[in-house]
Amino acid sequence: MTKGRVVGINGNMVTVEVAGDVTMNEVAYVSCAGKKLKSEVIRIRGRLAEMQVFEMSRGIGVGDEVEFTAELLSVRLGPGLLAQVYDGLQNPLPELAAQCGFFLERGVYLSPLDEKKEWPFTPAAKPGDTVTAGDALGTVPEGIFSHRIMVPFQFREPLRVERIVPAGSYRILDTIAELSDEKGNRFPVTMTFTWPVKRPVTCYRERLRPIEPLVTQIRIIDTFIPIARGGTYCIPGPFGAGKTVLQQVTSRNADVDIVIIAACGERAGEVVETLREFPKLADPRTGRMLMERTIIICNTSSMPVAAREASVYTAITLAEYYRQMGLHILLLADSTSRWAQALREMSGRLEEIPGEEAFPAYLESVIAAFYERAGLVRLRDKGTGSITIGGTVSPAGGNFDEPVTQSTLKVVGAFHGLSRERSDARKYPAIHPLESWSKYPGLIHAAGTEYARDILFRGNEASQMMKVVGEEGTSLEDYELYLKSEFIDSVYLQQDSYDPVDAAVPTERQRHVFRLLFTVLISRFDFHTKEMARFFFNQLRQKFLDYNGSPWRSDDFTRYEDEIRAFLETKRSGEDEEGGRILKQLGGESEGNPS
Amino acid sequence: MKKIYSRIEAIAGNVITVHAGGVRNGELAVVRSAHGSSLAEVIRLYEQKVSLQVFAGSRGISTGDRVRFLGHPMRVSFSADLLGRIFDGSGRPRDRGPELDENMIEIGGPAVNPAQRIIPRNMIRTNIPMIDLFNSLVESQKLPVFSVSGEPYNPLLARIALQAEVDLIILGGMGLKHDDYLYFRETLEKGGALNRTVFFVHTASDPIVECLLVPDIALAVAEGFALQGRKVLVLLSDMTNFADALKEIAITMEQVPSNRGYPGDLYSQLAARYEKAVDFSGAGSITILGVTTMPGDDVTHPVPDNTGYITEGQYYLKNGRIEPFGSLSRLKQLVNSKTRADHRALMDSMITLYAAFKESLEKKAMGFKMTDWDRKLLKYGVIFEREMMDLSVNIPLEAALDNGWRILASCFSPEETRLRSELLRKYWPSREGGAD
Repeated sequence: MTKGRVVGINGNMVTVEVAGDVTMNEVAYVSCAGKKLKSEVIRIRGRLAEMQVFEMSRGIGVGDEVEFTAELLSVRLGPGLLAQVYDGLQNPLPELAAQCGFFLERGVYLSPLDEKKEWPFTPAAKPGDTVTAGDALGTVPEGIFSHRIMVPFQFREPLRVERIVPAGSYRILDTIAELSDEKGNRFPVTMTFTWPVKRPVTCYRERLRPIEPLVTQIRIIDTFIPIARGGTYCIPGPFGAGKTVLQQVTSRNADVDIVIIAACGERAGEVVETLREFPKLADPRTGRMLMERTIIICNTSSMPVAAREASVYTAITLAEYYRQMGLHILLLADSTSRWAQALREMSGRLEEIPGEEAFPAYLESVIAAFYERAGLVRLRDKGTGSITIGGTVSPAGGNFDEPVTQSTLKVVGAFHGLSRERSDARKYPAIHPLESWSKYPGLIHAAGTEYARDILFRGNEASQMMKVVGEEGTSLEDYELYLKSEFIDSVYLQQDSYDPVDAAVPTERQRHVFRLLFTVLISRFDFHTKEMARFFFNQLRQKFLDYNGSPWRSDDFTRYEDEIRAFLETKRSGEDEEGGRILKQLGGESEGNPS
Repeated sequence: MKKIYSRIEAIAGNVITVHAGGVRNGELAVVRSAHGSSLAEVIRLYEQKVSLQVFAGSRGISTGDRVRFLGHPMRVSFSADLLGRIFDGSGRPRDRGPELDENMIEIGGPAVNPAQRIIPRNMIRTNIPMIDLFNSLVESQKLPVFSVSGEPYNPLLARIALQAEVDLIILGGMGLKHDDYLYFRETLEKGGALNRTVFFVHTASDPIVECLLVPDIALAVAEGFALQGRKVLVLLSDMTNFADALKEIAITMEQVPSNRGYPGDLYSQLAARYEKAVDFSGAGSITILGVTTMPGDDVTHPVPDNTGYITEGQYYLKNGRIEPFGSLSRLKQLVNSKTRADHRALMDSMITLYAAFKESLEKKAMGFKMTDWDRKLLKYGVIFEREMMDLSVNIPLEAALDNGWRILASCFSPEETRLRSELLRKYWPSREGGAD
């Protein structure tokens, strides 16, 4: 094992004189006051290795001993990851609390998985089979999933199954199979193995284009700026615009198997809400507890900065592991700006030549490489699995022109820009409907959303104009357009995440409600005055809001819909022809009332 | 006994470099010069080269002065004796009282394990309607007061200190004007709160490095008391001075600046302090109220901007009032459902109407026609500003809620408030005709 001694300390960067070979991104431990502090090699110059320490560097002295492990920064994979709360280095926080109390003690590293727990293993392979990285050797039940015990991802060559244990209870470190290669080398395999976090897992057949919508049950997203399974999206926004609430709502309602939350450099208080509430919240999809299909990686803002970078990689590696089982995973990273800042801090200490706003020049490629680990893949067993990444960005001063937002926008498939203006007006979710975009197909026929977007756009223009010339200077036609755009905003784009019904709108209901909304949008009215138009839309809005708050297909729902249609007829004088054609395309069930 | 080094190799800004062995990162040293002695902290090591920042500043330090390493990092004495005392940024008494050296604890300790935190649940009453009613302060919250220089933020802090329902107050002053320091002392003394207060004060004329220590030292003491089960309120004024001190040291150390000269780790540095706010399950709590002055009233300036991302909302002080827009307490939803049934609804309704008043005001300024509704709003806005927003209003939450209903009733008919009928039936003042 290579050893070294500390020769310099600058913040959380330690310079080490090495005797022997050293690998880039290798993990090493610095001995300090009887503790071994985990670090990672980030630059090598001659016999000097520069390392970032994942802990507070106070107390380290020149001459302290360093042990290199020859291993890259890795995570432990195996059954029992779900429902865990880890720090950025995969230390289980509740266990750490049980051992160390209120504070995070440095130099304490616990096993990420319960090594004593017994799992009922059912073999899927038999002696003589040829297997390779990622193939299932058997399964164990983990919560609602059948967790595949796979050939470790390191074995890229075909291997022969020599021996496999019969069905029964085993612990993760028990040998469950023996494999051999062509030369006759035998490899014992357990239910767990490690994988370096910065290397993407690629044990799949091919990557597919993400085209299937990932339903979040948030109307503005699913209808207007959709995300896709295996796609990527980002949520930039100034502070106080509701990034975190949006992430929380998404984590509860998104139509995926597993949600991984990477709380990276954000407030501890926000993680605490998830930590304390998820174990009590029922999962609307399965009826079990939400926590059972969630993993939380949390490296909050006051925890050591170097581990912040590790936390997003830890999260994506766990996601890749579960994707190999044919599951759909949503990774929510809050916030990628904090991770970029951690890179900037380290780059500064390394005295690299700074790029824009002192971020390192490689910022863009690092961000791109991270988002590229998302994707929909066809596995070797023909099943599919996906990772969708949603990252929040916290731009300095709320200005989207800064480097992190811009680098992110280049690589994501959808952009959900939050606006201070909308959050100040308490219009939630505060996603700006006109500035945001998505390259993925949505739940609703594109012609329909385009038509609605056009009304939003022209209505917005009319409202801008009205601010200059006043209501009295606006034509009735423009005024009606303005009212329609406001109507879309208040009954469709805004959504009350605290209302039990309105908080989550499933696909079928969204399609249905959109058709009703669309009927309003294409209608021509004969209003005589602006007061009359305003009064009509106010009434209509009130009815529509009640409609949004009534359970799907309930009596109230039917009644409100009938009321809305009847009320619409009182003033309706016809409809836009093009709109009428599109309405037919929106199709689905007949025009009539729901059963 | 530790060795004494008497050869200072370099002096730049407040940072000196000596040749020494066996020194640890973050260790403390004493620098003795012709002008007295000062503490210094190790901030960088390279082989035998040790860089230290000198708390009292490097002015007057000679290359021949003596440096003695103490073998431990910065510590502060922690005991009940601290109460009622006033110290400077490095923990020396500034009130002519005795030096304290019992039970020394390290400052700038590790972060709290997120798994050990609990969801905040208790409101801290301040008797200021703009806080209690509209942006409730919550135990364990971290909240800055965003303010332009010249606003009465220190009187506001002093008043909150006097009236807030907490066990202990710890005041950390950074770059405080001497007058303001005296103001705090006198106000708390007059209010009889001095014996439950500890001061750590760095005034504008004190050495800049000591400014950096104030939040850490104040929060270390707060943490000590909180672990004993006390409810501690920490007031920090002004965190922009702290950030400027960081900037100064970073530039002296030739770090690459990121935004307007501030170091790249400004966010982490601020977060490390604000995140000390905590509600320990089974012990006490720390609530942090800081002041962040905004140079040029610019909320996108790096200090308020980074602060906004860290804290749980902010109070926005403008024209001597806490602005309803721009002010936000993220945690208020956790407590204001438990105070009185009408609290949330009244809060929303009054703010919505005030926003409408602002629009009418704008319309009026642009010369558009005023409707009846506009005139009602204009009347309401004036009363609202006088009876709710004015900082001199000093009433408990319940009285403020009652007054809110009175204000609404004096300006509007019940249905114009968009409040739910059951609330109107219960709370609408009867003099005006009762419920619909």
